[in-house]
Amino acid sequence: MSVTRTGPLPAGSDATYDVVVVGAGVVGSAIARTLARHPLRVALVEAANDVGDGTSKANTAILHTGFDALPGTLEARLVREGYRLLCAYAQETGIPVEPIGALLVAWDEEQRAALPRLAEKAERNGHRTTRLLTASELRSREPHLDPGALAALEVPGESVVCPWTTTLAYATQAVRSGVDLHLDCRVEKVRTGDPYHRLVTRRGVLRTRHLVNACGLHADAFDALVGREDFTVTPRRGQLLVFDKFARDLVRHILLPVPGPLGKGVLIAPTVYGNVMLGPTAEDLDDKTATGTTAEGLAGLREQGGRILPALLDEEVTAVYAGLRAATGQEDYRIAAHPGLRYVTVGGIRSTGLTASLAVAEHVRGLLADCGLGLGPERPLAGLRMPNLGEAFPRPYRDARLIARDPDFGAIVCHCERVTRGEIRAALTSTIPPGGLDGLRRRTRARGGRCQGNHCGAEVRALFEEHAEHREGNR
Amino acid sequence: MNRTVDVLVVGAGPAGLAAAARLAASGAGRVEVLEREQAAGGVPRHCARAGFGADARGRPLDGPGYARRSVRAALRAGATVRTGVSATGWAGPLTLDVTAPTGLERIRARAVVLATGARERPRSARLVPGSRPAGVLTTGELQRLVLRFGAGPELVGRRAVVVGGDPVARGAVRTLRAAGVEVVAVVCEHPAGRAAFGAVPVLTGAVVSELLGRGRLTGVSVRGGVAGTTRHTLRCDTVVFTGDWIPDHELARARGLPLAPGTRGPATDGAFRTTAPGVFAVGNLLRGVEPAVVAAAEGRAVAAAVTDLLEGEPWPEGAVPVGVPPGVPTGPVGPLRWVTPGLLGPVAAPLLVRPERGLVRPVLTVTQDGVPLRRMRLSGSLLPWRSVRLPARWADGVDPGGGPVVVGAEE
Ligand SMILES: Cc1cc2nc3c(=O)[nH]c(=O)nc-3n(C[C@H](O)[C@H](O)[C@H](O)COP(=O)(O)OP(=O)(O)OC[C@H]3O[C@@H](n4cnc5c(N)ncnc54)[C@H](O)[C@@H]3O)c2cc1C
Ligand SMILES: Cc1cc2nc3c(=O)[nH]c(=O)nc-3n(C[C@H](O)[C@H](O)[C@H](O)COP(=O)(O)OP(=O)(O)OC[C@H]3O[C@@H](n4cnc5c(N)ncnc54)[C@H](O)[C@@H]3O)c2cc1C
Repeated sequence: MSVTRTGPLPAGSDATYDVVVVGAGVVGSAIARTLARHPLRVALVEAANDVGDGTSKANTAILHTGFDALPGTLEARLVREGYRLLCAYAQETGIPVEPIGALLVAWDEEQRAALPRLAEKAERNGHRTTRLLTASELRSREPHLDPGALAALEVPGESVVCPWTTTLAYATQAVRSGVDLHLDCRVEKVRTGDPYHRLVTRRGVLRTRHLVNACGLHADAFDALVGREDFTVTPRRGQLLVFDKFARDLVRHILLPVPGPLGKGVLIAPTVYGNVMLGPTAEDLDDKTATGTTAEGLAGLREQGGRILPALLDEEVTAVYAGLRAATGQEDYRIAAHPGLRYVTVGGIRSTGLTASLAVAEHVRGLLADCGLGLGPERPLAGLRMPNLGEAFPRPYRDARLIARDPDFGAIVCHCERVTRGEIRAALTSTIPPGGLDGLRRRTRARGGRCQGNHCGAEVRALFEEHAEHREGNR
Repeated sequence: MNRTVDVLVVGAGPAGLAAAARLAASGAGRVEVLEREQAAGGVPRHCARAGFGADARGRPLDGPGYARRSVRAALRAGATVRTGVSATGWAGPLTLDVTAPTGLERIRARAVVLATGARERPRSARLVPGSRPAGVLTTGELQRLVLRFGAGPELVGRRAVVVGGDPVARGAVRTLRAAGVEVVAVVCEHPAGRAAFGAVPVLTGAVVSELLGRGRLTGVSVRGGVAGTTRHTLRCDTVVFTGDWIPDHELARARGLPLAPGTRGPATDGAFRTTAPGVFAVGNLLRGVEPAVVAAAEGRAVAAAVTDLLEGEPWPEGAVPVGVPPGVPTGPVGPLRWVTPGLLGPVAAPLLVRPERGLVRPVLTVTQDGVPLRRMRLSGSLLPWRSVRLPARWADGVDPGGGPVVVGAEE
């Protein structure tokens, strides 16, 4: 078990694996964790300096029931199974999830007429608990909604989840169970071979019998490295606005648009951190690095958000960001085994990958076995309890017993998000410590609040550097 | 642990400390100030330069010096000042939940004075599009970084752009240059005093329309010219967003206090009483930044009404709201940004007015229910970064039982 970020990769037999999973997003991390159940030598290799630094960090953070999936697709099945698996896993490991349910809100007659059809589709996807709400029922459920709302379809079970903790939990458990994690380690070339493929990185060469491509947006480029051209990934950008916590009382459910001829529309959803999110846009681009926001995008979102929940616009915006969905021109995932190459491509994990991650991992385990990987017996994974970032669960700054044991948990450093020195120290010394301040934010919420570091930025940085020096000193 | 004090002050900045000093000296009983940072003093602690008046011998005071004096004055008067202690919420009308390394507490008071200050809107709250690189700061963070770590290209870069034209922008420019950073330009939407920035180019009528760069900032796009049609890129590795204040009103809102629309601070009457009996608010929390002496003067002034309350006087009722004319959503913004206090009670109080833009010899008006109460031309000019104080007689004739009072301006 090890995590590396710099220096040459291990050499010789230490650099020889049964499976290498390339890409430590939510999908690759889930796969590595699943494989860690078996007596295999597994490595998880990631180009960025942290896990979950791609699309997995910038999404709408909804744990979908899959009620609106295209029935019969692999995606529909994996979302449904993934939902169940992740709900259970979150409970077990302390990933914050709030099962607040969703409302698909109809604003015109056409949309109202579409609701029963959506209820039928949900039924075909195995969801029989949806219910139509009249305008007045809707009003009592969501008093701040614009009075123009006509009706809604209620979808119980739709939940909000912490995407950062989810990816980190998978990767942490994988590493604790024996997986090697190599960060800052882009795979630049693949020399396929028998019995080993050789993966060339700037930090050295890794050898592996089996290979998994979990490269997200770059899954097509990675396929090309092993000589396959099965699909092209077109990034579809989603811009999002996060509103201040004062907005949280304005909304009780995930408010979904009714899909129609004019596209999918935007949603308004609470976050587990106690904020409210508005978005996403859907823009097809060619640039896989275009994770910036645009003036038009943000203005459009505000306009649409104001029509749904007028009071939302009175609140301050805490964050603006964008994520890129991996669209491939097919209304389904692109998961394929290539037994001849002992290679599995996990591509086109579009806008549901967070939800489906654990089911995708199970599916890939089966495909690897089909490719001739001898899995061997199963063993339990290392235990795991994640630090809680969710507002619906006890936070350290309110925990008298914890503070009595370690006064650092009573020392609030990030005041907007109420993050204590104890939590920051714990993150900095965790199994997979953050590689920078943004990684620290995803582990603790520090600097992620309404002041964006105005008050605490210097102090958080001081803690980070103190630990970085400490780590250097230990080397 | 549950405790009771006479006066609980939240925030040990100039306003909170001045309130505590005056109250402790006047025999208000146990006066306790809570400060969430490691040291008391508030924002001036981080302003390592002159600009905070002078001491008794006329020597100019810098921020940290001013902060030390304020703390000393409060302590000498007998107030308790606790640092590293955060008020996190309300457990009752006058009871606060508190977190500190020593544990959790629930502190009940006979009077609570909120003095939690203000912050600058960061990039996100200003809806500036683009990437999310490192090197994007507010003046507050810049000052703290430089104080803590000294200069260093990794922290504050080599080439900076400063956004805003207020005196704080000047402070940011000075801080950057003292740290060895080249200031490429000051970008401000409103006309600013060019002279104020020395040799640094000032782009007025311009806005930062996009942040560029991955990992570290590499530049900002600036839009300006007639109708915002010209666009160009300034190369820089740091951008500092200055001014554009928003009160740190979390506790005020958690208590359900109504906000004054122009300021986003809790509405108070002229004696700094909020709408919740026993709860007062002073300092930058009311409306964003004024000079430290103004905040401190409010702190001293609140003592009178707190003392009245402690001596058993009833909480006055029947204050009327005061505001500037609401802006038309699509039209140009009105000439005035805000007026405080947000409420007028039976006792007349001076008004603090902040213009939205520069106004030359404007006529100020006070009306209630459409009836003009006062109309007067000011002799000087108003500047968008400075407030003007109108004496209490401006509010003469306000009917405490009437409708909202509107303060307007005409050029
Ligand atoms: C706007 C938006 C909203 C969304 N909302 C939701 C939602 O509400 N619920 C939900 O379930 N899903 C949602 N999704 C989808 C979800 O975020 C994705 O499906 C999921 O994050 C994909 O994970 P991944 O691991 O496949 O990709 P990524 O997270 O992108 O990970 C791929 C990783 O591979 C690495 N990599 C690439 N090439 C190489 C190489 N050559 N060598 C080494 N490493 C490499 C990258 O650096 C990256 O870290 C949303 C997506 C977007 C964009
Ligand atoms: C960048 C900058 C430059 C400035 N330069 C000058 C200058 O040159 N000259 C000048 O006269 N003025 C200057 N000012 C203005 C001056 O600093 C302020 O007017 C003054 O600090 C306001 O005092 P205050 O007490 O209202 O707020 P603050 O000084 O902001 O103090 C509020 C205090 O409350 C604490 N607090 C908030 N919430 C809680 C809580 N829940 N629990 C416990 N504690 C809490 C905060 O930590 C803070 O210490 C400057 C301001 C800034 C931001």
